[in-house]
Amino acid sequence: MNATRRRFLKVSALAGGGFALGFSLPRLTRAAAAAQDGADGEDGAALTAFLRVHADGRIVFVSPNVEMGQGVFTSHSMIVAEELDADIERFEAQHSPVDEAYNNPFFGAMGTGGSTSTPAFWMPLRRAGAAARAMLLAAAAARWGVPVDRLRTDRGRVIGPGGAALTYGELATEAARQSPPEAPALKDPSKFRIIGKSTRRIEGPEKVTGRAKFGLDLKLPGMLTAVVARPPVFGGSSRAVRNESDILAMPGVRKVKRIPSGIAVLAESYWQAKRACDRLDVDWDQGPNRDLSSDGLYQRYEALARTPGLVAEDHGQAESRLQSRAGEVIEATFFMPYLAHAPMEPLNATAHVRDGEAEVWAGTYLQTVDRANVADRLGLKPEQVQLHTLLAGGAFGRRANTKSDFIMDAVEAALGEGVPVKVVWTREDDIRGGMYRPLAVHRIEATLGEGGRPEAWRQRVVTQSILAGTPFESAMVHDGVDETSVEGAAEMPYAVPHRRIELHSPQLGVTPLWWRSVGHTHTAFAGEHFLDILARAAKQDPVEYRRKLLDGGDPRLLGVLNLAAETAGWGKRLPEGHAHGVALRKSFSSYVCEIFECSLGPDGIPVTHRVTCAVDVGIAVNPWNIEQQVQGAVVYGLTAALYGAIDFEGGRVRQSNFHDYRMLRMHELPRIDVHIVTSSEPPTGIGEPGVPPVAPALANAKLALSGEPTYRLPFVRTTRRA
Amino acid sequence: MAIKLNVNGRDHAVDVDPETPLLWVLRDALGLTGTKFGCGIAQCGACTVQVDGEAKRSCVTPVRLVAGRAVTTVEGLGAGDSLHPLQQAWLDEDVVQCGYCQTGQLMSAAALLRSNPAPSDQEIDLAMSGNICRCGAYDRIRKAIHRAARGGRKEGA
Repeated sequence: MNATRRRFLKVSALAGGGFALGFSLPRLTRAAAAAQDGADGEDGAALTAFLRVHADGRIVFVSPNVEMGQGVFTSHSMIVAEELDADIERFEAQHSPVDEAYNNPFFGAMGTGGSTSTPAFWMPLRRAGAAARAMLLAAAAARWGVPVDRLRTDRGRVIGPGGAALTYGELATEAARQSPPEAPALKDPSKFRIIGKSTRRIEGPEKVTGRAKFGLDLKLPGMLTAVVARPPVFGGSSRAVRNESDILAMPGVRKVKRIPSGIAVLAESYWQAKRACDRLDVDWDQGPNRDLSSDGLYQRYEALARTPGLVAEDHGQAESRLQSRAGEVIEATFFMPYLAHAPMEPLNATAHVRDGEAEVWAGTYLQTVDRANVADRLGLKPEQVQLHTLLAGGAFGRRANTKSDFIMDAVEAALGEGVPVKVVWTREDDIRGGMYRPLAVHRIEATLGEGGRPEAWRQRVVTQSILAGTPFESAMVHDGVDETSVEGAAEMPYAVPHRRIELHSPQLGVTPLWWRSVGHTHTAFAGEHFLDILARAAKQDPVEYRRKLLDGGDPRLLGVLNLAAETAGWGKRLPEGHAHGVALRKSFSSYVCEIFECSLGPDGIPVTHRVTCAVDVGIAVNPWNIEQQVQGAVVYGLTAALYGAIDFEGGRVRQSNFHDYRMLRMHELPRIDVHIVTSSEPPTGIGEPGVPPVAPALANAKLALSGEPTYRLPFVRTTRRA
Repeated sequence: MAIKLNVNGRDHAVDVDPETPLLWVLRDALGLTGTKFGCGIAQCGACTVQVDGEAKRSCVTPVRLVAGRAVTTVEGLGAGDSLHPLQQAWLDEDVVQCGYCQTGQLMSAAALLRSNPAPSDQEIDLAMSGNICRCGAYDRIRKAIHRAARGGRKEGA
């Protein structure tokens, strides 16, 4: 076990369920307090690790989670404000320093992901808000010399006998000297006045004026900017730079240096670095993957899918049932390509390596691992590395990776330079840089039994393991089965008596990574589309079919299915040439059903007119944000289903930028309605769960319109298929 | 040789290669980082600014082409400290998610409203289809443009 993994504390369940961790209030460690004090050169009193109250009444929420568009600054401030009894309008938010006080309780380390932020921090943040309120009350009681039970709070003020009032700002310094109660009383949820009320983003004003600072906007004295020429084939390396002296003579260029990811050109500004990088003449060693092609992979994976894999789940006698009724087996094979995340802000990071210490700035969100990786590389202790988390211009999984690839680029480029160096990835670097949703092939065979229900179901999944070789392996890869490779295929919610899920995990030179909703991106497409193929074979309505198969199962899944069917008008007459397609998924402990209304466009490609979504996330903390996340997830999923493909040919990625890795644009936007189930269950996440139903619902609409199943994604090919 | 620029009403002289894209002059030389880099090939619109009131992709506009012309960036969109009506509408409709593309979206929308004060959905789509939002905030962008065109009133109000 290497040092990084040792340092990475115990990883518990990534996706919800099964965590037996106590929700104690994190200590305000010395490091957290110090980092808070120095955060913006302002005073203000730290009340717990998560908030700081200023004399002027401003309340700063210190966020352990990165804000990358998912709305966590706002929804988490709302949770704190609710228990603190403060006005959400007085809240600001900033990213926390790296410290164990800010560990994600589900991970045992700092990190944002798996749609865990709200479920993981729900109780810690409520307790923090309630503890801070108790400290403010105690401070007022001491000031006035009255018992605390004669005081109450009212939206940012403590009210005493005879209507005396002190604002939280006036009490903050004294309150910070009080010790936080271990188990502060929490509000009865029926009294919530902030949670459940749609609230605008607290960082909105900075973002519409251009004042918001993303990683790419960082500017430090003496800073150089670097662009890296990367090997054209994964696993390749540079033998030599043939024109280094010419490059060094270009305006603004300071250095050409070999780093593990390629040849870095350091210059005074981005454009100088980029121009020089484009002119580099590098002798590349193509390495072992020069013949890699997507078509070759599909053939290899399809062949693997015809052979037994590792057993991820086995109920009943699927094998023997399929054999004994061989003539009646319905089968399909699904092919899904590599996908790049393509966040709008290209990857970047800045590092300043000094003697015995280093400082790093990045929009990143696996900070404990990032810091350990930097420390390992530089031979430092983690505490000697200061990592500043900045706003991320989108991420979708890309900016959290256990290799810290974009951060290590900056560290390598900055090593020995004595000044800060920012490494900027071009869009081409991003599209061609790996860390993809891995290519996947699923083969499903099934038989129908009584009433046309599936009786036996065998599904073989072929895809690279995302977690093998990462700190998550020990917790989430069991006997060779990466649970994210089969999530949602294993533990299917439908009553199928005989089912067997198998997995092949080929090892390749292309780096795989979680991509908004991880394994569900491919398991939901294969599973939910195949279910409609079966419903069709059984001559049954897809919604009715699901209802039958959910009978006696999870009522919340049935709840979103029924809500979506009702609000979409399932079964009612649609305009001529239109049809509905449905798909349903529980992912990351949240429940989503989507119904797509489509017609067929040229070449049989479905055109979506309206999408109806029903979601159950337990208590809806910020309904507007849930609506935004689900609408955004539909756009993200539709983009991938229609256009998304990273194709390899001759070891190289064929796509390079938005002209050939196409994005959905405004004129292609369908109407998207989001209906939220009213619930008193604890809240679950919503960053990812809107994505999985999109591709299968679209394919199911096409199946209804044309009778043709969809075996390959994406629907539209922008480049030639070999 | 220094190139003379007028950005947000202020004159600047910058000593850069005249082929440098305006985007990088704004960001690196003038410190105006509200204008964003997204693709570098005029495919995403994150770098949109206005040149003499027209929307331009600054990532492919050599700085020499804007010498002596009026460049407006998001930092100059409002009047002084007050927000442009579109920025206010963006807040009222709670448009932003990650927010990275939104300054470019705002600059495209402002150019649209300048030439067409009451655009239809189709006209908005046409004008805005060059701006990618990876968070998928398109519906709220469209609503916010309509709202600004109505003088800031909510739909139906």
